[in-house]
Amino acid sequence: MRPVGSLSPGFRGRARTLTDRLPPGQYPTESFPVLSAGPTPHVATDGWTFTVTTETGDSRTWTWQQMMDLPQEDIVQDIHCVTRWSKFDTHWRGVSLDVFLEDVETAATYVKATSYGGYTTNLPLADLRGGKAWIVHGYDGFALSPEHGGPARLLVPHLYLWKSAKWVSGLRLTREDEPGFWESVGYHNYGDPWREQRNWGD
Amino acid sequence: MTDDLTHMDGNCLAGPLSEILAVEPTAAWWRCPQCGRSGTLAQLHVYGPEPGMTAVCPGCAYIALRLVKEEDHVWLALGSGTSAVRFRTA
Repeated sequence: MRPVGSLSPGFRGRARTLTDRLPPGQYPTESFPVLSAGPTPHVATDGWTFTVTTETGDSRTWTWQQMMDLPQEDIVQDIHCVTRWSKFDTHWRGVSLDVFLEDVETAATYVKATSYGGYTTNLPLADLRGGKAWIVHGYDGFALSPEHGGPARLLVPHLYLWKSAKWVSGLRLTREDEPGFWESVGYHNYGDPWREQRNWGD
Repeated sequence: MTDDLTHMDGNCLAGPLSEILAVEPTAAWWRCPQCGRSGTLAQLHVYGPEPGMTAVCPGCAYIALRLVKEEDHVWLALGSGTSAVRFRTA
């Protein structure tokens, strides 16, 4: 949208910021809609584990306490759902995937994220590295609620939100890209909101 | 991949599939491979409709089918695997 000359500089600045932050085809929302593909799993933190498995079958598992003992980050990110809502400046707390992947020896280039309840989603491994992805357990100052993926979910805010698997239980590193729960029924394999990669053919 | 004469082309599915898909689908019978419960598709628990419809077993939440509607297509996956079929609807 072109800034209109008669508007005040302040208004123009605000409009430009909003436009810069809103990917094509999205609208901003203040609410946090809940989208589910099944019954909400209620996973107790004392039974929660997160497991990274490499393509050779080697695996490493963190318990809840071990995850909480890792360096924690406060994260502020915009999130974009493929159903066209975007939410600015969401506040999360969690652990960078760089920390979990630090000592993992792998030649894999893809990841299948798995969840309690059976959900899966696929991503390139590179998209989980470099400070772009987290395991989050806090939202807006409180423990992450089950309907938003608690006790812990994946957060990959530069991709559509279906990639940020709720109730995450692990990452399976693979040499081949295998479509996940929504990717196998027509949703885009990568899901970049800025390129509007919603569906298979986009 | 196969290059022999033992397979037929997919057109031969038209007759048998149209017999199946022309009937009222929600009356179709389904058996859960995980818990053994059986019933009709109408009895499944369906989540969605966005970003897609997921129908699960009312007993154990095993994924019975996923259906995604796009502008000109419907995608259908039976079961929890990655095999899906895309139908043109427009």
